[in-house]
This record gives sequence, structure tokens and C-alpha cells, in this order.
Amino acid sequence: MNIVVCVKQVPDTATERKLRSDDKTLDRDAADGVINELCEYAVEEALRLKEAHGGEVTVLTMGPDKATDTIRKALAMGADKAVHLVDPALHGSDALSTSYAMAQTLKKIGFDLVILGSESTDARTGMLAAMLAERLGAPQLTLANKVEIGDGAIRVQRVTDYGFDKVEASLPAVVSVVEKINEPRYPSFKGIMAAKKKPVQTFGIADAEIDAAQVGVANAWSEVTDFAVAPPRAAGTVVKDEGDGGVKAADFLASKKFI
Amino acid sequence: MAEILVLVEHVDGDVKKVTLELLTLARLLGEPAAVWAGPGYSDIAKGKLAEFGAEKVYVADSADIVDHVVAPKAELLASLVASRAPAAVLVASTAEGKEVAGRLAVKTDSGVITDAVGVGEGLVADQSIFGGGVNVHSRVAKGTPIIAVRPNSTAPVPATGAAAEEKVDVELSDSARAAKIVERVKQEKGARPELTEAAIVVSGGRGVGSGENFAIIEKLADSLGAAVGASRAATDAGWYPHAFQVGQTGKTVSPQLYIAAGISGAIQHRAGMQTSKTIVVINKDPEAPIFEIADFGIVGDLNQVVPQLTAEIAKRK
Ligand SMILES: Cc1cc2nc3c(=O)[nH]c(=O)nc-3n(C[C@H](O)[C@H](O)[C@H](O)COP(=O)(O)OP(=O)(O)OC[C@H]3O[C@@H](n4cnc5c(N)ncnc54)[C@H](O)[C@@H]3O)c2cc1C
Ligand SMILES: Cc1cc2nc3c(=O)[nH]c(=O)nc-3n(C[C@H](O)[C@H](O)[C@H](O)COP(=O)(O)OP(=O)(O)OC[C@H]3O[C@@H](n4cnc5c(N)ncnc54)[C@H](O)[C@@H]3O)c2cc1C
Repeated sequence: MNIVVCVKQVPDTATERKLRSDDKTLDRDAADGVINELCEYAVEEALRLKEAHGGEVTVLTMGPDKATDTIRKALAMGADKAVHLVDPALHGSDALSTSYAMAQTLKKIGFDLVILGSESTDARTGMLAAMLAERLGAPQLTLANKVEIGDGAIRVQRVTDYGFDKVEASLPAVVSVVEKINEPRYPSFKGIMAAKKKPVQTFGIADAEIDAAQVGVANAWSEVTDFAVAPPRAAGTVVKDEGDGGVKAADFLASKKFI
Repeated sequence: MAEILVLVEHVDGDVKKVTLELLTLARLLGEPAAVWAGPGYSDIAKGKLAEFGAEKVYVADSADIVDHVVAPKAELLASLVASRAPAAVLVASTAEGKEVAGRLAVKTDSGVITDAVGVGEGLVADQSIFGGGVNVHSRVAKGTPIIAVRPNSTAPVPATGAAAEEKVDVELSDSARAAKIVERVKQEKGARPELTEAAIVVSGGRGVGSGENFAIIEKLADSLGAAVGASRAATDAGWYPHAFQVGQTGKTVSPQLYIAAGISGAIQHRAGMQTSKTIVVINKDPEAPIFEIADFGIVGDLNQVVPQLTAEIAKRK
């Protein structure tokens, strides 16, 4: 089985994240890049499916040069090879362009199963998997907390407000995973060493037959018109509990008409 | 006036609160037209939609629409976008709402904005990004604006609409039926409101100490008609189910009131609750970063403060 796992590099949430003042896109140089946490769960799930059913795991990342660190991390966990989609024309792409560029690349490299995280920590649109399914004409098995493959079918548990839905489809398919579907493995020393030698193929937009007029900040379907750092919340009142903390909290709630 | 399509969120034939919020917002932008997807449209639903200003209700009530994952709803909306040329489409910015928005955007070649906390003149959206650290104005530059709006962004205000019903037949494509829902499993959750929709959320963290002790958090929540949330430390420990995790890798909530008990306020937790209107904190450590965003904080042991607050609320009812 040919599994492609989509991995995004995101700015570390523990550092200050900013938008650039010039083109109002995410300032990817200002913060350390790390693997998007939910993508680790996606890589882990891909590796488990490979272990159970055989095949190969390919990492697909769209991002600037420094995203190679993130690719190496996924390879160190055990993925076999990677495709890095990198081109200045892709800078500032919105969700429509990103899904278009990734779908073009997926068509080129081929897949039986595409696995994504359910959300990134930077943009958090949570739309990529659904958009890829739409563009690829493949079944959408998203927000999964359990994935099973057998008898030519793929079955997942899709997390819902009320519990979960059991969903069934045939391959090829697009899956996204939620936190706690598994416990991502730590790369071993051996894995880290091996990752250095694993093949990483670089794709520019021409290689994936991506139309330059459909990607990048200038061609985006949505745009940021302006932005400002949020003013800090006005300092509140803090009191020490002297046996009447609950009563004081109730007084506050009453003053705000919550009770 | 051009129509603003609002995808209705409904459960057991009843309209969810977020839809009433979206209708309220839609009235400021154009003529609200609700879109009902799936079986169960009833007089009760019609009454609710009329009460909050829906002039029209497009009803597509075939079971097929809800028996397959997301794609049919996007197909339904796309057919309405083509035939009615609305000024915009509003959906709730929930996990599924955003997926519908994403597919619809591809189908209609239109821009999409997620996690809007407001929509103003010219369909300019307010987004609060990086866990509430930066406020952004954004707009759709191409196609029919599709905007996913966070629950609790607007207070629902009644205003009578005609709610004229119009049946819609959609011929679903094969690819819309590709992922079939074979079973729905409802997990017990009692009578509490939906976490992302709730006007009040009471969350517990590592300071709660055990799964059993979450009972004091639940009692406080119930006294306020609130939903229960949890920090990742609490869900990792297995004290509370993951579905209730608030934060960067959990749910984003934006309630009128958020009460955090025994939660330190790590940036990843704050990313999911920082846009709450009022924040109350109970924590024994006066240095806990969560106090920085508290409107009202109590430095104390939650095992004392929480039950006392619950009792006090009961007394004043
Ligand atoms: C703060 C902010 C807000 C934004 N808001 C919007 C908006 O409202 N509308 C809009 O159209 N665009 C928006 N964008 C642009 C958007 O971030 C990019 O298009 C992005 O690449 C895709 O969205 P996502 O990261 O939210 O993906 P999500 O759908 O949240 O990510 C889910 C999964 O998709 C995969 N994935 C996502 N991106 C990549 C990648 N580059 N390479 C490999 N795998 C990937 C990963 O598996 C990831 O776990 C925003 C960007 C920022 C920084
Ligand atoms: C990539 C990533 C994603 C993450 N996503 C999330 C997420 O979605 N949601 C999330 O919540 N976290 C998330 N985290 C984890 C986050 O960093 C914190 O570890 C977590 O929020 C801590 O939970 P806590 O506040 O309950 O625990 P702690 O940080 O341990 O805080 C416990 C607090 O309880 C107080 N306390 C203890 N006993 C009492 C008592 N008896 N009475 C009153 N107060 C008491 C203590 O003073 C302390 O402040 C993420 C982390 C990473 C790296």
C-alpha cells in the first residue's frame, strides 16, 4: 500500500508568532519551525498501517527550505521517503491554493491512502483534508480516532459532537486523524541516522504541473486587509481565599448577571 | 437585497443556537435564507428559523444527505450558490462546518474564511489568530464569500421572518456518496450543552487531582447550565474524555463565561479559550499565568472554593 502522509511545519507555539508587515502573511522566519503536532499522529498512523499491511510511507510537505527539518523528523520516525514541494511562487498560499498545489503533487506521485492531521496549530483552518478529498474525488474519512483496513475497504471512527460515526469507503481515500488516536513514537538514534540517507525529492511548481496563477499571496482567494496585536485583557481582580472565596466568586458572577 | 445562505445546524429536529446567531448576523448583511440539510424539518424548526429572521428556508430532506460524510452538504450548497447567487454563505466554524466550507469553496471556486468572530460591512471578517494574540480583518477576494463563524460570536436577537419553505431536490454525485456512515454511536453526555456552543464553560485541569473529583467541576457546571471542559493534563491522565479538551489540539471555545479551576494557563490551553468574554480563575498558585487573563481570580484550593461557589449559586437561585 502506498501511503502518503502530509506533514506541515509550523512556528513553535511556545515562541511569539507574528504576521509580516509587508504582505501580511505568517512570518515563518520569526519563530522556530516545528512539526505540527497533529501531523505526528498522522505519521504514526501511517507507520502502523504499513506495519500491518505492508507498503511504503511517503512524507509530503509544502513549505520553505527550512521545512526539511520537519521532513527529517518524520523520516526519523520511520517514513521511507519524502517529497518536498518548495517554490517561491507558493509563498502566502491560502487554503484553496495549498489544497490545489498538494492535490497536483499527489496526482503526480500516486497514492492509495493520504493521511493528514485534522488541524494545524498556525492557521487552524481544519479544511485541508476535506479540500483534498474534493479535489481528488476520493472518499473523505476525516476526524478519525480509529482506522482499519481490510477486505478492500477502509473503516474509520469519525469523532462527532455526540460520540462518533462509523464510516466506510473503498481505497484510495483521504483520512485525517485527531489527537489521541495513537501515541506517536520517538525517533530512535538509529532512526535519526537512517533518516539522513533516505531520499527526499524536491518538487518545484513545474514538476507538479501547478499553474503559477493559482498559487501564492497575490492570487489568493482570501486576503488579510489589516491586522493588529490584540490589546492585553484589562487587569482583573484577584483575591485570596480566606474561607469565603466561593462566596466572593458568586458575588462577581451576580454582578455580571450570570446568576 | 441579495440572499445570505445560512447552513442550519440541527439535532433531533431542533435548531442549534449557533444557527440563530448566524441568522442574526446574516440580517445585517442581506436577506437570511436558511438551508436545512437532512430529514427532520418540522414546524418547531420552522418556528425557530422564522423567529430569528429567516425569510426563506431551503429544505433538502433526503436521508442520503446525512448518511454520507460532508460532501453531500457541500453539493447541496453549491447547487444553491449556482441557482440563487447569494451574496455570501455562512456556516458554523465547527470541525464539520469548516469541512463543508472547504469543499464548497473548491466546488464554487470561492474564497473561504474560517474562525471568524464577526462579519461587518463589505463582508469583512474579524479573525482572532495565534490563540487570541492578533486580530485580523480579512475578506474573500474571489467568488462567493464563504465564512465560517465561531459559535458565541454574536448574541441571537429575534426578528420575524417569513421562513417561506422551498423544497430542494439534489441529485447527489457518486463521489458525494463515497464515504458512507454505517452507524452513529451516541455516547452518553447527559443534559449538558455542547462544549463549543455553550454560553458558559467550566473547565478543570491537573489541579482537580482525579477523575472522581471531576464531579465537583460537573456540579458547578450544572448549577450554571454550563458545559464541562478539561485541560490536556486532565484528558491525558484519563480523568475526562478527550472530546472535552479545550485548547490548541482540542476544541476552541468562546463562551460568555469561562471558569478555569486548577489550570495553569499554558499557551496551548489559552489558544482554545482566550476569546471568552469573561474569565474566572480558581488556582492555588498566585503565580499561575492564567491569572493574567482573568477578569476575576481566586487564589485558593479548588476543593474548598468550587463546592462553596456551587452551594452559593444554588442559594441565590
Ligand atoms: C493565522 C492564519 C489564518 C489563516 N486563515 C485562512 C483562512 O481563513 N482561509 C484560507 O483560505 N487560508 C487561511 N490561511 C492560510 C492557510 O494557512 C494555508 O493555506 C495552509 O497551508 C492550509 O491551511 P491549514 O494550515 O489551516 O491546514 P489544516 O487543514 O488546519 O491542516 C490539516 C493538515 O493538513 C496538512 N497540511 C496543511 N498544510 C500543509 C502543508 N503546507 N504541507 C503539508 N501538509 C499540510 C497537515 O497534515 C495538517 O495536519 C491562514 C493562515 C494563517 C497563518
Ligand atoms: C503541541 C502542544 C499542544 C497542546 N495542546 C493543548 C490543548 O489543546 N489543551 C491544553 O489544555 N493543553 C495543551 N497542551 C499542554 C499544555 O502545554 C499544558 O501542559 C496543559 O495545558 C497543562 O494543563 P493544566 O493547566 O491542567 O496542568 P498544570 O500546568 O500542571 O497546572 C495545574 C494547575 O493547577 C493548580 N492546582 C493544583 N492543585 C490545585 C488545587 N487543589 N486547587 C487549585 N489549584 C490547584 C496548580 O497551581 C497549577 O497552576 C499542549 C502542549 C503542546 C506541546
